[in-house]
Amino acid sequence: MSSFIEIVDLVKSFKGRGFSNGEKIFTAVDRVNLNIEKNTIFGLVGESGCGKTTLSRSLLFLDPPTSGEINIGGIDLGKLSRRKLRTFRRKVQIVFQDPNSALNPKMSIENSIKEGLNNIGYEKSRINDRVDELLGLVGITPAHKSRFPHEFSGGQKQRIVIARALSVEPDFLILDEPVSNLDVSIQAQIINLLLELKDKLSLTFLFISHDLNLVSYLSDRIAVMYKGKIVETAPAEIIMERPVHPYTLKLFSSVPGISPIDDEAGEEIFHVEEQGYSEGLPDGRVYHLADSKLAPEMLEIAEGHFVACYNEK
Amino acid sequence: MNDSILEIKDLKISFGSGENKAAAVRGINLDVRRGEIHSLVGESGSGKTVTSTCVLGLLPEPPAIIESGSIRYKDLELLSLSAEARRKTRGKEIAMVFQEPSKYLNPALKVGEQITEMLKLHHGMNSSQSEKRAMEILDLVGLGDNNRVLSSYPHELSGGMKQRVMIGIAICCDPSLLIADEPTTALDVTLQLQILKLIMKLRRQLNMGILFISHDLAVVHDISDRVSVIYAGLIVETGSREDIFSSPRHPYTRLLLASIPDAAKRGKKLTAISGRVPDAEHFPSGCAFHPRCPLAEEHCSEQQPAMESLGGSQSAACFCLSKEWTE
Repeated sequence: MSSFIEIVDLVKSFKGRGFSNGEKIFTAVDRVNLNIEKNTIFGLVGESGCGKTTLSRSLLFLDPPTSGEINIGGIDLGKLSRRKLRTFRRKVQIVFQDPNSALNPKMSIENSIKEGLNNIGYEKSRINDRVDELLGLVGITPAHKSRFPHEFSGGQKQRIVIARALSVEPDFLILDEPVSNLDVSIQAQIINLLLELKDKLSLTFLFISHDLNLVSYLSDRIAVMYKGKIVETAPAEIIMERPVHPYTLKLFSSVPGISPIDDEAGEEIFHVEEQGYSEGLPDGRVYHLADSKLAPEMLEIAEGHFVACYNEK
Repeated sequence: MNDSILEIKDLKISFGSGENKAAAVRGINLDVRRGEIHSLVGESGSGKTVTSTCVLGLLPEPPAIIESGSIRYKDLELLSLSAEARRKTRGKEIAMVFQEPSKYLNPALKVGEQITEMLKLHHGMNSSQSEKRAMEILDLVGLGDNNRVLSSYPHELSGGMKQRVMIGIAICCDPSLLIADEPTTALDVTLQLQILKLIMKLRRQLNMGILFISHDLAVVHDISDRVSVIYAGLIVETGSREDIFSSPRHPYTRLLLASIPDAAKRGKKLTAISGRVPDAEHFPSGCAFHPRCPLAEEHCSEQQPAMESLGGSQSAACFCLSKEWTE
């Protein structure tokens, strides 16, 4: 059975600039394989700089990937012409962390939302009703539509960004840290809204965040990214209960809010590359992570639970 | 027993004048004891940073106006000290660590110079003494095995290393009080844990009191001895960590804790707090939380509730504490 979204061997590398004369190549996303099922929430976690955002931008062909394949709903994006890609993009929308930079400060929110509708050739006579409907959907009073972004609070701005993303009737939303900039008491409002919209409009989410508490709360499946590679992916409950990869273990054990820190225990500095692992792996062999030049083998250790393994120790 | 090294009493700070006057801090009481971590937790605009900046004496006046109150550090009344005397306590007695180390480290000075500068200024050390001490400090903050650090410029260090350097600068004069304003907010979780452990280790080794300012309840839960929750320029609830996290009483504290997502709440809708965080120019009358409070009654909008003791070290400011709470 094929998944709604299939990412096959995706690579995105950047050439160095300046004196290196383009010889230094930095691979931000390294041979990533992921499948996302329809109407689910796929959580992507990892630390800053691990390639989460680059992956999401490659997914949309905003930064076309260096190599690899992306299939969304059975369509291979790499094979589309530029024009077709543009029309296809309405099916995939993205919501960024900072609504301030996502909204044009010189445009009323009404015009911001209309822009997308005009682009897809929405029936002119119905555009105004559609704007009201969208604002209603995200809990903004339609009467405020002639206002400008600075007249809204951070949470409201994020709602408007969501309304604009939904205006073109996407199937798939990429949410890149959508609540990190918001106040704690506002975050829950936006998360509840997103979950409600997902059910109402049968959306599929790729939810990117560094907040593991949040990702564990809402994801169906979680993938952990480390230095451009996916190191472990599994259904959320399983990865939380039985993480296997040393980096996943390290990440989940660093999550705040579970238990008070024991300051007597001292600092342990833990180098992922030096770890080997055999626990939790069905074949009992010990793998280690020293050679990052090799492509990892994704070992399926239980149904749907994949761990990146390198050479045998 | 009163072993507090910092005692803030009825502190009121406002900005601007006339119609645009904003009362950012409206009568805060807070104390930090020797060797404890007291967290002040609140959302943006609640007055937590204004309070901490005021303790440091770094609040620009004007635009800020300290209307009333007292800040006592050991036996000193900070608010009545001269600017010169405050400058001498700052860094030496009361140190600070901020969110973005790259903003507070001097980009044009080597790290070593930035540490020895403090030692020469406050302790009158000469170059060789201060360099020796700087090495010890780097050791203390976990950068000891890296002798390159002293001769590096801040941009050559990673974010976590910069934060360690900043902590090193803060503790190099053995302060009794450390003010840490969101010191780990910009860091990844794994680094955050390292820095929190470092702060806690130093607290024990140096017996410092720490005023920890944060918006992140999860972090506050992991490190605090005592917690005070601030909303709209007032402390609404204070107590030990157990009090606040196991039996919160103020509706704001309760809702805030309920609204934080975690794995245990999977499949359940999060409790959201309606409305928005008020800004200092438009704090609601009476109890500032009343427009967002599910328990609010009519008089909540008229009168400001006083802090009421709930036994032990816990107290909260709410008229409806005896009302039944259902989530």
